[in-house]
Amino acid sequence: MSLAKKYPKEVKQILAKYPPEHKRSAVMPLLYLAQREGGYITKEAMQDIADTLEISVTDVGAVVGFYTLYHDKKEGKYRMQVCTDLPCALRGADQFMETLCANLGIKVGETTPDGLITLEAVTCLAACDKAPMFQIQSAEGIEYHEDMTVDKTMELIETLKKANVEVK
Amino acid sequence: MSYVLLRHRDIPDINTLNVYKKNGGFEAFKKVVTKMKPGEVTDTVKASGLRGRGGAGFPTGVKWSFIDNKIWPHYVVANADESEPGTFKDREIMESNPFQFLEGVAIASYAVGANAAYVYLRGEFWQVAKFLDEKIAEMEEAGYLGEKLFGTDYSLHIYTHLGAGAYICGEETAMLESIEGKRGMPRIRPPFPAVYGLYGKPTVVNNVETLTNLPMILANGADWYKNMGTPDSAGVKVFSLSGRIRKPGNYELPFGTTFRQLIYEHGGGVLDGRPVKAIMPAGASSSFIVADEKVLDMQMDYATVRTLGADLGSASVIVIDDTVSIDWIINKTIHFFKHESCGKCTPCREGTYWMMHLIEDIRDDKHSTANVDLLLNVARQMQNKCLCPLGEFSTMAVVTGIERFPQDFKESNKQVLTEPA
Amino acid sequence: MTKQVTLTIDGKQVTVPDGMLVVDAAKEVGIDIPVFCYHPKMEPVGMCRQCLVEIGRPMMDRATGKPILDDKGAPKLQFLPKLETACTNPVSDGMVVYTQSEKAKAGQKANLEFLLTSHPLDCPICDKGGECPLQNLTMAHGPGKSRFLYDEKMHLAKNVPLGDLIFLDQERCIQCARCIRFQDEVAGDAVLGFDERGRSTQIVSLSDPGFDSVFSGNTTDICPVGALTTADFRFGARPWELSSSASICSQCPVGCNITFNTRREAMSDGRIVIKRVMPRQNEEVNEIWICDKGRFAYHYAESEKRLSKPLVRKDGKLSRVSWDAAARAAGEAIAKAKKDLVVLASGRLSNEDLFNLKSLADQMEGKAVLYTHMGGGDLVSLVGVGQGTNFGSMGEGSTIVVVASDLYEEAPIWYLRVKQAAQRGATLIVANPRETKLDRFASFVIRYSYGDEVKTVHDLTKKGKIGDAFVKAENAVILFGSDGLGLDGSTALATACARVLSDTEHIGKPNNGLIGVWPRANDQGAWEIGFRPEENLAGALKGKTVYVVGADPAGDNPALAKALNGAEFVVAQDLLETETTKLADIVLPVQAYTEREGTFTSGERRVQRFYPAVPALDGTKPDFAVTSQVAKEAGVILEGTSASVVFDIMAEDVKSFAGLNYARLAEVKPQWPIVGRGDLYYGGTTYENKHGLGAWLSSAAGRSEKFTLPRVQKVEELRPKEKKLLAVPVTKLYDRGVTVESAKLLNQRIGEAFIALHPSAAEQFGVEAGERVKLSLDGVSEDVVVKIDETISTGVVLVPRSMGLPISAPTEASLKVAKKVAVR
Ligand SMILES: Cc1cc2nc3c(=O)[nH]c(=O)nc-3n(C[C@H](O)[C@H](O)[C@H](O)COP(=O)(O)O)c2cc1C
Ligand code: SF4
Ligand code: FES
Repeated sequence: MSLAKKYPKEVKQILAKYPPEHKRSAVMPLLYLAQREGGYITKEAMQDIADTLEISVTDVGAVVGFYTLYHDKKEGKYRMQVCTDLPCALRGADQFMETLCANLGIKVGETTPDGLITLEAVTCLAACDKAPMFQIQSAEGIEYHEDMTVDKTMELIETLKKANVEVK
Repeated sequence: MSYVLLRHRDIPDINTLNVYKKNGGFEAFKKVVTKMKPGEVTDTVKASGLRGRGGAGFPTGVKWSFIDNKIWPHYVVANADESEPGTFKDREIMESNPFQFLEGVAIASYAVGANAAYVYLRGEFWQVAKFLDEKIAEMEEAGYLGEKLFGTDYSLHIYTHLGAGAYICGEETAMLESIEGKRGMPRIRPPFPAVYGLYGKPTVVNNVETLTNLPMILANGADWYKNMGTPDSAGVKVFSLSGRIRKPGNYELPFGTTFRQLIYEHGGGVLDGRPVKAIMPAGASSSFIVADEKVLDMQMDYATVRTLGADLGSASVIVIDDTVSIDWIINKTIHFFKHESCGKCTPCREGTYWMMHLIEDIRDDKHSTANVDLLLNVARQMQNKCLCPLGEFSTMAVVTGIERFPQDFKESNKQVLTEPA
Repeated sequence: MTKQVTLTIDGKQVTVPDGMLVVDAAKEVGIDIPVFCYHPKMEPVGMCRQCLVEIGRPMMDRATGKPILDDKGAPKLQFLPKLETACTNPVSDGMVVYTQSEKAKAGQKANLEFLLTSHPLDCPICDKGGECPLQNLTMAHGPGKSRFLYDEKMHLAKNVPLGDLIFLDQERCIQCARCIRFQDEVAGDAVLGFDERGRSTQIVSLSDPGFDSVFSGNTTDICPVGALTTADFRFGARPWELSSSASICSQCPVGCNITFNTRREAMSDGRIVIKRVMPRQNEEVNEIWICDKGRFAYHYAESEKRLSKPLVRKDGKLSRVSWDAAARAAGEAIAKAKKDLVVLASGRLSNEDLFNLKSLADQMEGKAVLYTHMGGGDLVSLVGVGQGTNFGSMGEGSTIVVVASDLYEEAPIWYLRVKQAAQRGATLIVANPRETKLDRFASFVIRYSYGDEVKTVHDLTKKGKIGDAFVKAENAVILFGSDGLGLDGSTALATACARVLSDTEHIGKPNNGLIGVWPRANDQGAWEIGFRPEENLAGALKGKTVYVVGADPAGDNPALAKALNGAEFVVAQDLLETETTKLADIVLPVQAYTEREGTFTSGERRVQRFYPAVPALDGTKPDFAVTSQVAKEAGVILEGTSASVVFDIMAEDVKSFAGLNYARLAEVKPQWPIVGRGDLYYGGTTYENKHGLGAWLSSAAGRSEKFTLPRVQKVEELRPKEKKLLAVPVTKLYDRGVTVESAKLLNQRIGEAFIALHPSAAEQFGVEAGERVKLSLDGVSEDVVVKIDETISTGVVLVPRSMGLPISAPTEASLKVAKKVAVR
């Protein structure tokens, strides 16, 4: 179903932000909206956005390809994006990541077998004073988790697991 | 001393409209719209000595005066991309003192004749954007934004626009491309945004912290602000302190505060009581400052830091102690810039990729002199050739690291980062 | 006139228009600054960083605004610490540029080394090898030895199809974005883009079908490395083995200047064959572009259906005879026919061919009939665009009207140039009964109902925004076509157009006048020479001796096949075996235009020469020579040995050709931008035009002759009965015409036969998009797929020409569901 049909209010609000002759500007917010479906953007969704904004689908795809928070493939339901950039690494982010990998039994970039968590290493998230930290990106949006320990993280993952079992 | 920017630390709940209003909120904006001409606002900001907090330190009022008044409409864009590793001040301001920031956006908009302003937030600031949207709605409700403000002919709308994970979008022309719905690739400058900006129209881009200064400057006058800080660098600055430090965090201090004061008085000193080996005063884009007792007593302002062979930039001070080897650091910074290079121009796209291979080889093969020399050579070869400053930034730590800490690149260097406390 | 500025480049003084870029100014004085991303036909982006130079600007005294002088009284120069890009900096007075200083050379060399770190250096197996800017530059200034470890090079896909015509080698791509920008800025089909970023940046196309643009081949010409290649030429030959010969594209009335690259080839039994078609620069015609049809549809001359022996019908069967015998038989039949001779020829033929044919018909007092569905060329002869007309010079002040034509499908390079004129500020009025691709760039879109063409054109002079834009325009051009029209409809339309142009004094001068969007390359030439179409062609053939040349009426329309069968005698002269040659009494095989010389007259009435590119097929002769031989047997003497002499005779005889000759047509003058010469930064090896820019025919208006325009003939309106639809013909670029069908590559793009209906008509007939239905027209039925088009009127069904159904004019049609197929 097209975004305009599924989220009429949101689409209208988004388009209202930009001058009508520059509606191409709405491509980024519309992509976030499309990503609400399963956490990634399908070719059909790109075509839908292209039609809405009267640009080519390649122009939409080129935007998806450029920005790291857009995904064109289905992966883990939750993308756990750990900052391992310089300031965090100076406060142990690399070790944190290593232990996390060991605990989850996956490597950076991989997804847990249950499809719940994709573990990613990302560049600075503007929380350098609260390392180790990560954000969780899911279909619903992005959430920060700061001043983390491995234990606290594993607890969080357990909660996520449980919540998902219940939903199912 | 009371806070100018981090006022939430003095005033609880200043992030609610009522509390903000009770503490003089929006009076500055009302005053400029009802009593001042746009040019007068610009003159006041010029006189205050306010310089841009996004990194380049360009005088804010001067930038506004470049706006081309033959072409309309005008736009204001608030740079809330905050992606420089080590920088986390704008986020605290927006999360905790949002109205003062938004009032700053409004004042700037009036000064340059913009009826629409965009706040460009990095995609990771998803929650912050939602929060700001709420605050903007409250302001509209209360008549501080919208049509015919305070009974005048002036109208203003503020919109948020989320990025989606790209450091380069902090560069102002890449940011404009991004708002236009394109890949965030920088434009050739000139023309500068003041002439050819958003949608090809005259545009002012200012950092969040820069803008958040405005309500207080307009309320208290240019002299009040100019009297803080140093003659070269007026006012106060939020220093983001991170790295091997006991109490990392944001510290709002006047320009001219010394490194020692920041690191020891405010930051509680280095982890494990180790000595400071190096300072990166502007995040990953910094040159290394070799720290010694004399340097620690130097003042943090734009001019003084330049005498140390570095730039103050956005004042994201990363502290490095003697347990950390510089080759390890530049491995991190090179990977960062390689990941963030937009790929538009050749030297940056290829150079960061080449440097990444070299630093990995260096760390694998026990620091062969030939590779270290080549790395230095490649970094220098990139300089002065890139389309935008990102390529340049990527070489700063490499060149100054190898030049200023040669022992860390010797074959004998076995030092690696120790486990943190 | 724009202000001129004077600057110094490498010690040479140059005076150029203000605003010119340093790189172009250097080019003017013969200095080639290396570039990769810069292309003179596109906006500069300064992204490859190859054109780094030192630029000094005179220092100005803020107070006085005068230059500051040094001790010697010379202006003091200010150089930035950074090198600057010559492709993004405009010139200014007193500027001093060093392109060869130590610093500049070091910068260029350093940048080149960066480019090469990711380049596979597979020149020995690269299609661009020999005409590659990167290769040239590397030879000249490149590092001898790579400092980048080979093992660490990126390894990427080398055979990525971007569509069925163009392939990408990801390793060779240097991310200059020329292809993306061409598609976006020049072609207006933004179907290419970058995926990923940084070193992972790659060219992609997400369109469906892939790389969906009729201009796609041009990207392979402007790609400065071998990253983009055509499916046709890749691995086909090495550029240095190729010979070049100048030609004119024969696919549409634009008359694009092209080069045939040829090679003797073992694969083809040691024959010399065409390996590729490349654009040849003519800034007033096609600049440096051609469309994909022109680039890929040249294979038809290699078709297995090529005729190589004269044939004469004996005992009901066609059998081989000598040329003498065939010519004699044909000549006798014609001599016998006298007034009953009908020469039926198409605009595929050259001016020389048509002139000989017309002379023959005149001598016999027979008829010279143009085989076409479109009228009005006689009017174009009166009020055609003036000498010096150039879409490239149209911008603000010019109004371009496009009526009843889909330029993207019918004359792609006009589409491209009209679009660019509109983007430069020309007022574009697009009037068509359905949406066309050009609408996006129009200042005014007029949507009329089929049948209302004439009224729509008359309304151009009415008061109002559109009327003002046309009447008050400094310059105005009308391009008229035959979208939905047959002969009488298009004739009426042409008359209306000629009248409004004449009434508003938009004739007889450059950038003013009428242009026909003809179905064939040389239709206008045929009109000039005196050919005229027949409204009732079938009737006109009955009982006559018909000399059919370069046309296949029998294959196009069963009614015409019947008419030919009822003719007294049929002589068919053609390149290929057709339905018409099959039923003829005599068949005369001719040379392809690639095998001989001649001239075409474009829709803008520019006469241009083409030259032989490959040896003629044994046994064939050029059309004009065949006609001369046949005529001789009929007792008429016509020049038959030299095309240029035929042309000279024609210039004596036909007023609009007066004063022209082959030498005039071969004249060249310097063109801007300079894309040939020593350097290859701007493209391939074939752009340079050394063989002629052609010349304009004069028009009656241009000669200031007195003439009267005919009155517009009222066209009878067809009102289909209930349960019937009005079928109207439209033109498709890739149709089942002989040239596309024989080109393997384009064949894939033809697609299924389709019709288009308004949604409510579809509903009325109970059919849906994607469904297969049977359409019956004048007794012929064909299965076609339904498309829905909301922009047409309800009682109408669009039927593409040359897609299986014979349709030359609006007619009544009935529709039946054939069988249900899955809706996509
Ligand atoms: C690669 C790059 C990244 C940048 N990132 C940021 C950023 O995250 N936030 C910011 O305010 N300015 C950033 N800047 C600086 C902006 O381009 C611009 O100078 C600034 O927003 C101007 O605001 P100011 O005058 O208030 O400092 C960056 C510049 C470059 C070249
Ligand atoms: S320096 Fe890097 S980030 Fe800037 S334009 Fe060049 S490639 Fe892009
Ligand atoms: S940067 Fe000038 S040609 Fe590419």
